[in-house]
Amino acid sequence: MILTAQNSAKTETKKYPVIWLQGAGCTGCSVSILNAVSPRIQNLLLDEVVPGHQLSLMFHATIMAGQGEPVIEVLKDTEKNRKGGYILVVEGAIPTAEGGLYGSIGQRQGKHLTIQQSVEELGQNALLTIALGTCSTFGGIPAAEPNPTGCKSVKEVFQQRRILTPVVNVPGCPPHPDWFVGTVSVILFSGAEALDLDDLSRPKLFYGHLIHENCPRRADFDKGKFAEKPGDAGCLYKVGCKGHYTYADCPLRQWNSGLNWCVKAGSPCLGCVEPGFPDDTSPMYERITFEDLRCLQR
Amino acid sequence: MSTKIKVDPITRIEGHMAIEAVLDAGVVKDARSAGTLFRGFEIILQGRDPRDANRLTQRICGVCPIAHATASALCLDEAFGVDGKVPDNGKIIRALILGANFLQSHILHFYHLVALDYVDAVGALGELYPFVPRYEGDYRISGNANAELVNHYVTALDIRRKCHEMLSIFGGKMPHEVGIVPGGVTEKPTEDKITNFLWRLNEIRDFIDNTYIPDVVAVAKSYDDYFGIGIGCKRMLAYGGFHLPNGKLFKSGIISPDLKLEPFAKENITEDVKHSWYADRDSGKNPAQGQTKPDLAKKQAYSFLKSPRYKGKVCEAGPLARMVGNYVQGDAKTKQLVDSALTELGAGVDALFSVLGRHAARALEAKLVADSMVDWLQQLKPGEPAIIDSEIPDQAEGAGLTEAPRGAVGHWITIKGKRIDRYQVITPTAWNASPKDDNGQPGAVEQAIIGTKVKDKDNPFELVRIVRSFDPCLACSVHLLDAREKTLGVFKVV
Repeated sequence: MILTAQNSAKTETKKYPVIWLQGAGCTGCSVSILNAVSPRIQNLLLDEVVPGHQLSLMFHATIMAGQGEPVIEVLKDTEKNRKGGYILVVEGAIPTAEGGLYGSIGQRQGKHLTIQQSVEELGQNALLTIALGTCSTFGGIPAAEPNPTGCKSVKEVFQQRRILTPVVNVPGCPPHPDWFVGTVSVILFSGAEALDLDDLSRPKLFYGHLIHENCPRRADFDKGKFAEKPGDAGCLYKVGCKGHYTYADCPLRQWNSGLNWCVKAGSPCLGCVEPGFPDDTSPMYERITFEDLRCLQR
Repeated sequence: MSTKIKVDPITRIEGHMAIEAVLDAGVVKDARSAGTLFRGFEIILQGRDPRDANRLTQRICGVCPIAHATASALCLDEAFGVDGKVPDNGKIIRALILGANFLQSHILHFYHLVALDYVDAVGALGELYPFVPRYEGDYRISGNANAELVNHYVTALDIRRKCHEMLSIFGGKMPHEVGIVPGGVTEKPTEDKITNFLWRLNEIRDFIDNTYIPDVVAVAKSYDDYFGIGIGCKRMLAYGGFHLPNGKLFKSGIISPDLKLEPFAKENITEDVKHSWYADRDSGKNPAQGQTKPDLAKKQAYSFLKSPRYKGKVCEAGPLARMVGNYVQGDAKTKQLVDSALTELGAGVDALFSVLGRHAARALEAKLVADSMVDWLQQLKPGEPAIIDSEIPDQAEGAGLTEAPRGAVGHWITIKGKRIDRYQVITPTAWNASPKDDNGQPGAVEQAIIGTKVKDKDNPFELVRIVRSFDPCLACSVHLLDAREKTLGVFKVV
């Protein structure tokens, strides 16, 4: 059987409780993390991810066994008993219109526990927060015009409430599993302060270079050989590729165990890791000029 | 004396959902299912480039994005005037991408969303998160049989990942693929991709045949009372799905409780809103005409889901609806699969309308889809096109109806001035988890819960096992909002 030795309690193992909240999103970030290869998701759940350090996933609505009020109690217990010692992962944006009532994660004492309330409470006392996916890092699709539910990013909510807990942004729609696992590895190996972040709080390890720099179709761009429609050979710039201002290592890492990625499949890069996604990166199949990009005026 | 049970959140489903049941002498007299997250997808789509709907609507749901990509592409094909012109390669590759995610979704559902209701993970692994806290008192499989099922929970994590890897060969990446576009797909079939796909598929087929289906049978044998629990409305609805050059794998149709077929016509769909937070004047409209105005002060409302009905009747969508639909319409492969499973389980056709019937139908459907995919791969023609050119029309309408892992899904678009004027989506979970309609008929999940005997109100296994047998997807279902009315009044959810 696979589940042996490593998951038995060794005294020297440091366990990091993880609370994983899902806000206004699609669960796609979680599904993407399930696609992790080395370590695999079962290793993340049950084994020491790096020697001597293990995660303990205490709350994740799609995975955990329990339901109803007992699981809501886990949130309060963790916040109280593991103050400053747990990692908060937020997937999905935070609806803030109408007092946060557009999104509830359950009931506490007969009342709705809104996503906003739980992110604020748990964010306040976390060791650090990982904003996972473009919705929680920058607002993403739920915050797209006209942002019907007043969706905000984790950083915006923290700033508004003067919550000082550090936030690491791991964007992507969805994020590559390696970007999450790699970020966690740095935290467990060397501590959160060892993460080298860009001006948008993204680890440079994964978001340090433009797609365009490493694109296998770069030679086509240089030669002026452009695709006329998605699926054609040639650089996809004229059919809307956002690779020339999108920072991610997709061309090198590729997706789904390194099998393929958007541009290789004949599709323009959608710029899904950038703050302007999807408003500034639309129309997705039209060439966008730098002047169109509000996100670059940050 | 009546007691109220609230389960909020319902976990191990996609999205945010709550269930409430009123018990009288231990039996459920009334039930309410509610969605508790609201994003407003259709209003976000307004004014955008129609082609973007193909990418954006996938983000309705990260578990079944391909179903939305497919429905959206069919809808855009029609609006762009290229439906019927999509090359065979394009149709087949779309079906392979959708099929790969069906397999991923069904395996994920049984092992990672449902199994913990039947399999004793704590017994095999000890008390550790995320396997505690949990309901206690009704885990009937023990010892080696239980340990083996827990091992399969772990193996299934790898298999579902491999489904996505297989998908990415033609879809570019997953979740949220990029290959399916109006007119066809962006990836061309080549011999090496076909072979690569085939052998990944063969490994998954081996798991379905030798692990998934036997595990469903093993669980069914230990919990055979669940062939009589969670019966529901027994009226099955399928739009039909997997649009191949020579027809659809899943036939469309409405199957009545006495197994009579009625042909499906999309004009007969209406959406009621009496118990939803939407203005009553919009009740009873076809999605091609429907508007969505929130009215959150409505006293009788308790859900963000509307109530879709077919000729005014409640219908169930999903693998059970599709398998029963194909069975009644005499599909030979479906009939052989269903009959042999029923023989092994010693059950009649009527037992299909139950918690276990839904799980069995889902597993058998996985086999039907996976085996069919082998045939589809062989129909691909390397070197021939997989896409036809199309242009955005100035004004047009389109509808795209297909099948998601969870059941019938439909997209409707109106284009004006080359932009999206109106976009409507009806999801399978809207069919299944809808609130009561204008005539007071409870939705399919509510009907399946009402009448259930709950043995232990503190550990109401029966309720969560019934709800999860439908594989609800709430992110899919609660996506409506008209932002022009921002004043929402007092918002109280039950």
